[in-house]
Amino acid sequence: MKYTLNQLKQGENGKIIGFEGGFGLKDKLDALGLREGTYITKISDAFIGGPVTIKINNTKLAIGNGMADKIIVEVDI
Amino acid sequence: MNVLLMGNPNVGKSVFFSRLTGTSITSSNYPGTTVEFTEGKMKREDEIVNIIDVPGTYTLNPTNKAEEVAVEMLEKGDLIVNVVDATNLERNLNLTLQLLEKDIPLIVALNLWDEAAHKGIEIDIEKLEEHLGVPVIPTVATKGTGFKTLIDKFDYRKINKRDFCNVDQRWAEIGNIIEDVQKIEHRHHSLMDIMEDITIKPLSGLPISLLVLFISFKIIRFIGEGLIGYLTEPFFDKIYRPLIMSISDFLGSDGFVHNLLIGELINGEIDFGQSFGILSTGIFIPLAAVLPYIIAFYFILGLLEDTGYLPRLAVLMDNIMHKVGLHGFSIIPMILGLGCNVPAALAARTLESRREKFIASTLMAIAIPCMAQIAMIIGLLAPFGSQYIIYVFLLLAMVWITVGLILNKLIPGFSSDLLLEIPSFRIPSFFTVLKKLWMRISGFLREAIPFVLLGVFIVNLLYALGVFELLTIYLGPLLNKIFGLPKEAISALMMGFLRKDLAMGLLAPLGLSAKQLVVASTILAIYFPCVATFVVLIRELGIIDMLKSALVMLSTTFIVGSFVNFAFHDGGFSLAGWMVIIGFFIILKIIPGVNDRKFSEVEY
Repeated sequence: MKYTLNQLKQGENGKIIGFEGGFGLKDKLDALGLREGTYITKISDAFIGGPVTIKINNTKLAIGNGMADKIIVEVDI
Repeated sequence: MNVLLMGNPNVGKSVFFSRLTGTSITSSNYPGTTVEFTEGKMKREDEIVNIIDVPGTYTLNPTNKAEEVAVEMLEKGDLIVNVVDATNLERNLNLTLQLLEKDIPLIVALNLWDEAAHKGIEIDIEKLEEHLGVPVIPTVATKGTGFKTLIDKFDYRKINKRDFCNVDQRWAEIGNIIEDVQKIEHRHHSLMDIMEDITIKPLSGLPISLLVLFISFKIIRFIGEGLIGYLTEPFFDKIYRPLIMSISDFLGSDGFVHNLLIGELINGEIDFGQSFGILSTGIFIPLAAVLPYIIAFYFILGLLEDTGYLPRLAVLMDNIMHKVGLHGFSIIPMILGLGCNVPAALAARTLESRREKFIASTLMAIAIPCMAQIAMIIGLLAPFGSQYIIYVFLLLAMVWITVGLILNKLIPGFSSDLLLEIPSFRIPSFFTVLKKLWMRISGFLREAIPFVLLGVFIVNLLYALGVFELLTIYLGPLLNKIFGLPKEAISALMMGFLRKDLAMGLLAPLGLSAKQLVVASTILAIYFPCVATFVVLIRELGIIDMLKSALVMLSTTFIVGSFVNFAFHDGGFSLAGWMVIIGFFIILKIIPGVNDRKFSEVEY
């Protein structure tokens, strides 16, 4: 199943499969190790417009709501 | 020889720097502490080595000013020490591989080696060296482990240039390396892991953050008042007073020189708050009234920084900050500003767009009083009751949010989204916290005392020349009409350009009512930054933006000052006053902004 990072449920694991944004967004996320094929775990949901927090390996990242809408993840069932 | 320390943000480059050079500079457990490069010297086998601490960067394609500085620095280096976070090898290698595409010799310092081991991460150093083709030295910067080996390698001049590759090839290569050199043994969740998560989840994190801030304020006031009541005031009263009284007697208790040094005697005695001589009030304000609060604030800030709590605050505040056109990370300049506005103005540099820098700097300068001013506000208003102090802060908070909402509506453009690495909690080392505290206190003493002394000198000079009298006659009535302040308060407003604590000090002899003190404290915070902040802001924002910012500050001063004068009666806002405020917020909510498009259309 495909979701945006915002739609992914708290605590769920997913694999990033694409970005709905320009190169600027892709480069920014790439620098932090967030790219197609990266496995992530969602720590917390956005709360009234707040950021989504996720975990990749040992890093925790906070990602603004708007940006999280553009990150597409796949969840295996 | 120039040695560049380079690496991702928050991997401990600054600790490397202090270890290598012996100089202490600030480092904190959050990304983006170093915004300008810092240069220091170290001696190595009769040779002076220049160590350059480069701002942290994730890639060599800069996205903000601090990262641009990092890339520009590259040309200067004879050797790069690439500081790598062993707990995050994969992401860190991205920068390493990019650096290896350059013509500069490089060695890798694999830092946080102990933390990696603790987290069950095992890295095969020899294999990593093979893959990268350069020396790799495991280090623990906070303890100095591995530094001898590292310094021995400073002669390393072999260039192992890699072929340029594109992003995908690079990540594929990183994947291969990680597969080969790193083993992760999964550990059970520790208490620390649970704490790390509940402090960022909004429903548990927000109450925790309120608690943390509340406790922080309580401790700051407890330490500040304690130091003043039991240490600085008794010292000045019992030991310092007799000393300068004898100087006063020696100088004949009157005359220009006497008044310049000791100030006017009040009922034949020196009054540290009112005499206004260089040796009396000039020494008393920075050392007895302000320093205790500076110590208290920076002690707590140091703890919050080094545990890694501040980025969590940035995450939790993100939605509020979006309302004023910023994102969560801008909370950090605001908090730094409570200590001193100068480092806060510098920290705004890590924000991406000109719009964000403008809004953040303006809000910080307008509504965040520095600790020197806060200490004086508390000192002057406490006798009237805590509720007045709370009112000043409430007013400034309303100014912050209102000006922010308006700027966000008026200035075209969008706020960028938060993208922030949240560091692990670390138990701060007591030694590092104290060292950082000492550095900041000595910085305050070096910068504040000369300014206050100079200020007192100028005050006396202007009095003697009759300049204040002229101002009182010509501008004073205006002050009286608009803000309800006595005409003489104009001198305080003038000196506020130099230092806010001094300006607050000038209010002391005027015998203001509680209401007048609330008005004066508020407009002194809003109307203009002190000269030190002003200079930094001009440099960071440019003249044009600074002028616009100053215009916002001055008009806000008039509106807020006159409003408080109108609406504040008997220790609080009148009903009419509250109605005006609420009405104003409703109007503000309805009026459309220049950027009203759907959020999802934001382009990156």
